[in-house]
Amino acid sequence: MRLRLVPKETKWDFFSRPVLWLGISGALMVLALVSFFIQGLNFGIDFRGGTTIRTESAQVVDVAAYREAIQPLGLGDVSITEVFDPTFADDQNVTMIRIQAQEGAESVSADIIRNVETALKTVAPDITFVSVESVGPKVSGELIKTAVIAVLLAIGAVLVYIWLRFEWQFALGAVAALVHDVVLTIGVFSELQIRFDLAIIAALLTIVGYSLNDTVVVFDRVRENLRKYKKLDLKEVLNLSINETLSRTVMTSVTTLLALISLFVLGGDVIRGFVFAMIWGVIVGTYSSIFIASAVLLKLGVKRDWTKPSNTAGNQYANIDA
Amino acid sequence: MLQIDLWKRIFIWSVCALGLLLAMPNAFYQRVEARNDAVAAIELGHSGNGLEEQAAMWPSFLPSSLVNLGLDLRGGAHLLAEVQVADVYETRVKTMWPEIRDMLREERATIGTIRLQPSENDQLRVKISKPEEIQRAASLVRGLARPVTSLTGAGQSDIEVSTDGDVIVVELSEAEKLATDERTVQQALEIIRRRIDEVGTREPTIQRQGADRILIQVPGIGSAAELKDIIGTTAQLTFHPVVSRSTTADTNPGAGNDLFPSLDEEGVYYVVESAPVVTGEELVDAQPAFDQNGSPAVSFRFNPTGARKFGNYTAENIGSPFAIVLDGEVVSAPVIQAHISGGSGIITGRFSVEESTNLAVLLRAGALPAGLEFLEERTIGPELGQDSIEAGRIACIVAFAAVLVFMFLSYGTFGVFANIALILNVGLIFGLLSLIGATLTLPGIAGIVLTIGMAVDANVLVFERIREELKSAKGPARAIELGYEKALSAILDANITTFITAVILFAVGSGPVRGFAITLGLGILTSVFTAIYVTRLMIVMWFERRRPKTIEV
Repeated sequence: MRLRLVPKETKWDFFSRPVLWLGISGALMVLALVSFFIQGLNFGIDFRGGTTIRTESAQVVDVAAYREAIQPLGLGDVSITEVFDPTFADDQNVTMIRIQAQEGAESVSADIIRNVETALKTVAPDITFVSVESVGPKVSGELIKTAVIAVLLAIGAVLVYIWLRFEWQFALGAVAALVHDVVLTIGVFSELQIRFDLAIIAALLTIVGYSLNDTVVVFDRVRENLRKYKKLDLKEVLNLSINETLSRTVMTSVTTLLALISLFVLGGDVIRGFVFAMIWGVIVGTYSSIFIASAVLLKLGVKRDWTKPSNTAGNQYANIDA
Repeated sequence: MLQIDLWKRIFIWSVCALGLLLAMPNAFYQRVEARNDAVAAIELGHSGNGLEEQAAMWPSFLPSSLVNLGLDLRGGAHLLAEVQVADVYETRVKTMWPEIRDMLREERATIGTIRLQPSENDQLRVKISKPEEIQRAASLVRGLARPVTSLTGAGQSDIEVSTDGDVIVVELSEAEKLATDERTVQQALEIIRRRIDEVGTREPTIQRQGADRILIQVPGIGSAAELKDIIGTTAQLTFHPVVSRSTTADTNPGAGNDLFPSLDEEGVYYVVESAPVVTGEELVDAQPAFDQNGSPAVSFRFNPTGARKFGNYTAENIGSPFAIVLDGEVVSAPVIQAHISGGSGIITGRFSVEESTNLAVLLRAGALPAGLEFLEERTIGPELGQDSIEAGRIACIVAFAAVLVFMFLSYGTFGVFANIALILNVGLIFGLLSLIGATLTLPGIAGIVLTIGMAVDANVLVFERIREELKSAKGPARAIELGYEKALSAILDANITTFITAVILFAVGSGPVRGFAITLGLGILTSVFTAIYVTRLMIVMWFERRRPKTIEV
């Protein structure tokens, strides 16, 4: 007896309600963009400059007392949040203190750190600073620039690759799905105000890679079926291809999610935001490769008059032997 | 049909065995690390303290490279410093003054008297009393120009001379500035490396980034502030002719001169010529020593050019004082008693033994040629790193177990093959990471966990394809063969696109992001290898032995 997440044979019609799915995605993307422009992202110090200090103490944290202790130092905007995590020990009370970039200084001076430390010691004598990170405004500006370049470069590179391996309609379909995924991920980060730092960019690019992985598998089957069923309507070919690969799509998403969820629960709070982005990306990426990439392909249409006679000739790796 | 040549089989298993062998030291991390440290210490000529015993803890015929743990896992300090390359321009221009002065003085008959004007913008402004001869004077100064010593600037001269009324303006040419920048950063890099090496911490990373930045990562150090102390500030040692002594801080030193306070005499200031006679860059050695009265001092020795300059200067200026200046403070200002020809000397001051030792170390390591501005500072405590490793390890194990169980439930025997391949896969990733000496970071662990999830994808593609081929009622052997054949293009296309993003991440990203890109990229390579070759080989071997009439995937 085998575990089957998808029935043995499916003949679901994925294009019966194209307006519905494209409408939902479109609305969500608009929502994401609105949230992004109105609320903005909760940038971490990597992108905004400033200092974060992670403290640990055996005593229960009194955020108000911490704030009171730091206030007289006149450091401008200081945010103090207590961090909770199931991986912490009982007497491990963690806070994150974020101090804005100081006027006229690239990175925070050792004096400021020492002052903050002394001030907090009056509130919690056993406090330790487990990590202190400080990024100057000069670097943070550059980091934003390189991050944007990285994402654009990645999307551009795969656009070219798919265009070379398939047809331009496929490339556009895949890129539409990618843009969809990236926009929705940024939207979630803006809506939930999760800290957006350098690691999230890595997550974004991984989402791009993963979503593409899914899309390419479906497209590969579309390409094959287009040659196999020359007379079949494009919509039918797409439906058939998605149904044939559905079991694989679901299997891979589930194994990846299993791994990611265990990391989300057990991996500690330091990378939780990063893992959250990837979990979200896997879900959105799986959805978009079925509903967005293929729908765009259906709208654009595909050149059908293949002059190549054989159905293995297009498969250029077909004769690779183990 | 399902046939794989013997040599291919041997090759595939050898690659797996090699990967696991390379990964093995990581399973005994602390032991191998202690052993490697001991071996390194013995190579440096140390012995005793049980070093030999530690070195014998891991057999030498086994590989001993380990995956480096990144700062976020081990704890330590990270600094990104920008070298203030423009600092050097002013000094460079100022050192030309004595040369220009001496040359123009000889021409006093034609161009009249000369005088140095106060100036800004890294220029040297010289006023002459006969403005009508300005062009002649300027061309004389131009004669002092030297060709730029760099590849790109070859053939251009190092200074630009222009005139402004009765003033000659001397500044560095663009080509010379570029060449100077390059030298300054190289020198700063070298000096930072030497200073950190003197402290002797484990595997520091000291890298140049871009035109004028230096990345410094030192594991195991307490804080970024501590690291900054080791790197120190500029610590410039220079020797200047003394013009006069003063007791007020607001004395006007006049053009071409500087006012420096005395290091140990309260309220004493020295007016010295800005252009140094010799600088610390020309020192070859410095040692703690004692002067003739038995007080601690530092003895030093110049290189040949430094020795010549110092010798000439002392020969010409017997009886006048000169100042030894360290970081803008006069350490001492002795009167030159005799011509010092050997190029060595002694710095006396009111040092303690410890101070003289530190000063010697500082001088030996050399001065930083320019100031550093710190753009990024990160300190990660060792406890946080330990927590992260622990959390990452548990997450890995749970993810692993979940995927293994799920694959077995879904594909039965074939799932077991995929699982063995998955275990090999993670072994291979660690083997490769150790082999290339890559650094494992927290996002890197996330990359491995993600790979665990995604690595089965290639196998899933094949298995699903075999299922489909079985439906069309072919024999099991044919179905397996077709499954591999037809799934291949999807596997390759899907993985190449992901690999492209990993490469871009590596190229554009920095620090932890790069660590993630490395594990993701290596994970793709190993998972494609294990899916196409290893699982297939296992299935073929199983099929040969069993010869099943029907298979269930």
